[in-house]
Amino acid sequence: MINRQELLQLIERNARISEAELAVMIGSDEKSVAEELCILHEENVILGYAAIINWDKTERESVTALIEIRITPQRNKGFDQIAAQLYRYTQVTSCYLMSGGFDLMVIIEDSTLREVASFIAEKVAPIEGVISTSTHFILKKYKGNGIVFDVKKSDDRETVVL
Amino acid sequence: MNNSFDDKISGVVKSIPPSAIRRFFDLANEMKGEVISLSIGEPDFVTPWRVREAGIYSLEQGYTHYSPNQGYIEVRKAIAQYMIRRMGLLYDPASEILVTVGGSEALDLAARAMINPGDEVIIVEPCFVSYKATVLLAHGVPVIVETKQEDDFKLRPEALEKAISNKTKYVMIGYPCNPTGATMTEDDLKAIVDVLDRYPDIIVVSDELYSELSYGEAPFVSIAGFPSMRERTVVVNGFSKSFAMTGWRIGFAAGPDTIIQAMNKVHQYCIMSSPTTAQYAVIEAALYGDKEVRDMRDEYNRRRRVIYNGLLKAGLKCFEPSGAFYAFPSIRELNMTSEEFCESLLTEKKVAIVPGNAFGACGEGYVRISYASSIENIKEALSRLADFVFEIKKRESDK
Ligand SMILES: Cc1ncc(COP(=O)(O)O)c(C=O)c1O
Repeated sequence: MINRQELLQLIERNARISEAELAVMIGSDEKSVAEELCILHEENVILGYAAIINWDKTERESVTALIEIRITPQRNKGFDQIAAQLYRYTQVTSCYLMSGGFDLMVIIEDSTLREVASFIAEKVAPIEGVISTSTHFILKKYKGNGIVFDVKKSDDRETVVL
Repeated sequence: MNNSFDDKISGVVKSIPPSAIRRFFDLANEMKGEVISLSIGEPDFVTPWRVREAGIYSLEQGYTHYSPNQGYIEVRKAIAQYMIRRMGLLYDPASEILVTVGGSEALDLAARAMINPGDEVIIVEPCFVSYKATVLLAHGVPVIVETKQEDDFKLRPEALEKAISNKTKYVMIGYPCNPTGATMTEDDLKAIVDVLDRYPDIIVVSDELYSELSYGEAPFVSIAGFPSMRERTVVVNGFSKSFAMTGWRIGFAAGPDTIIQAMNKVHQYCIMSSPTTAQYAVIEAALYGDKEVRDMRDEYNRRRRVIYNGLLKAGLKCFEPSGAFYAFPSIRELNMTSEEFCESLLTEKKVAIVPGNAFGACGEGYVRISYASSIENIKEALSRLADFVFEIKKRESDK
């Protein structure tokens, strides 16, 4: 029996790991791992494989904005319709329904300041049911996807320890 | 060294041979930085942040004084909780637990607290290098029992019984084992306990530093868990391996109060008390560190499978290790000594592993490979090792 959670954790950490390697690590065989991954795809548990990139180290000049949105839920549709209206924009990379002081969290990546401003003014604010928005820009990324950005990898241990 | 002072050195200290692998040591250290090292007997993980933070917080609070000799009572209580939770062993924090400077100090204290000159101590080799030295330094006589690959490097009852004499003071066992990666199941231990039940005066010192790193289906079992053994077993454990806390230097001994208090007496005059900051950090580890330990164990377990698989693929004979973070493959078929093998691997392929004879004469013919290293390092090292073994075999067959 394959431990699904462990399999998922491993590919979440390193999506490029081969099925053969996964099989050795979790004490299974390649065929079973391949089958399990197939099922996980079919069940939409695994949605895709992405790299974790520190864009700050590239030429890309863009901002990441977190937009908190308060809305009045709509009859029969709750929050879902407005959420869908927002997440369909390609510049929206994440969209969550939240507990607490606001309702939707929309994250926009790879945009300029101007683009974010116009997105809020022209696309978000006019939606019926949107009460207010509050936008936060990320100034510096210290850690993302469980990975600390900008760490020096060094092994300070002695060469031989008995 | 100034040779004219040689006669000032005590006979006991002189009687302890320098490490069997001195030459290899020097060579490996010269090459630091250029090599992939799978020769390190300590975790590659950094101490979990919650534990480090607890140490820092204690410093902020100004807790910088000596602790009681035996260790802070809060620390001993946390250790008692840990022992009952993880091992099912009940110890009284007031009298049956001593906080030491690493498991290392506890091993030394056990020897000094119990050994009269000439007393014999049974040592199961291959084993951690300090067992024999601590016995010699305490004027004891080490009696070596060798374990074998055919037995998965387990201690067998017949071998133990043969080594017992009327001078035997204690038996020193250490499972999960550094360097072999062997473990003892409850049944394996039961067979040992059956022998010891016939010799009720013999004490057991059980080094359980790697107890958390046990990968079998059944959880780790301590020999102290057997009713007839509880009162004559000194358990040595600590935080170095399981909690990735080697540099903090905290371990402990748990056992019958007479022995623990005798050990405390030695500790009191030699060490006074274990480091205060580290003791505060250990409270956090012992009470709340289970998840971090589990995550590290799972990671070691995956690496263990990768190493074992890789060694077999490289054509080396290896028994499947089930504990600690070592594999101990045989290199006998290659017509080289352990040291020759490791030296050539180091110079030709820039991979450092440890000759098995460092851990006792019966370790000759084997090498210790530590998997306390990243999967990337392990994979690269395995690939170089496979090339190396292939080349040697080819050289041999071309002869
Ligand atoms: C089997 C065994 N016991 C004890 C120790 C000592 O550990 P510490 O003094 O760091 O607790 C080690 C360290 O390598 C070990 O491998």
